[in-house]
Amino acid sequence: MSHAAAPIETSAPLGAPASGAWALRTEGLSKAFTLHLQGGTRIPVLQDVELEVSPGECVALAGPSGAGKSTLMRCLYGNYGAGAGRILLHHLGETVDLASADPRLVREIRRDTLGYVSQFLRVIPRVPTLEIVAEPLVARGEPRAAALARAGMVLARLNLPPRLHGLPPATFSGGEQQRVNLARGFAPHYPVLLLDEPTASLDAGNRAMVIGLIAEAKQRGAAIIGIFHDTEVRDQVADRLFEVAPIQEAA
Amino acid sequence: MSALLEATGLTLRFGAVTALDDVAVSIWPGEVVAIVGESGSGKSTLLRVLSGLAGPEAGTVLYRDPDGTVHSLLDMPEASLRRLHRSDWGFVHQNPRDGLRMGISAGGNIGERLMAAGSRHYGAIRAAAAEWLARVEIDPARIDALPRTFSGGMQQRLQIARTLVTHPRLVFMDEPTGGLDVSVQARLLDLIRALVADLGLAVLLVTHDIAAARLLAHRIVVMRRGQVVEQGLTDRVLDDPQHEYTQLLTTSVLSA
Repeated sequence: MSHAAAPIETSAPLGAPASGAWALRTEGLSKAFTLHLQGGTRIPVLQDVELEVSPGECVALAGPSGAGKSTLMRCLYGNYGAGAGRILLHHLGETVDLASADPRLVREIRRDTLGYVSQFLRVIPRVPTLEIVAEPLVARGEPRAAALARAGMVLARLNLPPRLHGLPPATFSGGEQQRVNLARGFAPHYPVLLLDEPTASLDAGNRAMVIGLIAEAKQRGAAIIGIFHDTEVRDQVADRLFEVAPIQEAA
Repeated sequence: MSALLEATGLTLRFGAVTALDDVAVSIWPGEVVAIVGESGSGKSTLLRVLSGLAGPEAGTVLYRDPDGTVHSLLDMPEASLRRLHRSDWGFVHQNPRDGLRMGISAGGNIGERLMAAGSRHYGAIRAAAAEWLARVEIDPARIDALPRTFSGGMQQRLQIARTLVTHPRLVFMDEPTGGLDVSVQARLLDLIRALVADLGLAVLLVTHDIAAARLLAHRIVVMRRGQVVEQGLTDRVLDDPQHEYTQLLTTSVLSA
């Protein structure tokens, strides 16, 4: 794995004012799953991952299928708990460790600092598309009217026609749902944004639109970490690759 | 900021059955916490103890009032506890009959709780009742109808209106979608989700419905045989369950 890089020189103290050039940094991040229903089988997936991403930089996770790219993304969002190590972020001017943050702090970090666009939209019954996209903006304290206006603009940019904005996305096509998901992820301007296959179900025109959104986010100083199976998209947005290699099973 | 309600060391036995075994939970302002587990896991007993409806054999429950004063629930005089239930707190029962008065009108059910909290102006009470009926998607024209003429889903929505009309800070919900058809459940869940977000309520929700917990709760507490076996951020507990029982629970669910 490429994380056999330089040793950590200065482990950032938690709670200290944000400093350093990175926007996200992992130290010794490891993750294993223990399957209690399969006789306690232990499956190590990540070991000592050292990843550092700067503001304005887009890093693409690379590696064969099953190497742990998605697991790493989910750990970085706090969706999977880290088995060991730290996940450092600058949150509201302080250095925080997502890996050891309590649930309330994780929610705050997700509200203000860390965005995630998954492959699939988790549809909330009966909630109109425009509200779904505006919700993270309202949660940050943006006035409702302004949040709805911005949500409508981002949806329109992603070619989702206004006649769909008032409908719940449950009946939308895969590509339309993906664009709702993208709008929800890009509208709030998170300092750190995680993208899991953001263009998987999009046509060429919408792919180009997403590439444009990523470029703009980088311009703003957002740090982006993504899984892009589409190498054409990847080559256009990524500044570098971060290799995630399968863990060698101990003999 | 600190916890609104905080319980530690709760223990309660019914004969040979341990309903609560050294349970510790807390809930913070604006937080929705789901207590999940199978029947008999102790989750409903826990809700009753946390809301002062039942006393534990051991343990403490602390409640912080709006002035910041911390009260020990178990040492609280009966009258103070009743006052708390009328104003600061709400309780939504699984069976609407337990939370409604079936012999008085829909508007009366909502108005009664307002009056118990001190409202006296008839016109204002009736207006508030009509407004809350609309908010829970019941035609305000039914304001004088008796709840027994309502469907199960409507009765449950009426119970929610009656509970929320006084703007409680903390609401206890015991299987609020329990006895309802699936389509009615979805509507009710969405209504609860929207109201909780709008009002910034803290909610302690007991449910065996994992999908409902995922939709509503910020945090999940998993119980089995009177013990908390795992608790944490909702999506982490459900997607990366650590305890054997939570793994069984999450893999037993049919995803819709």
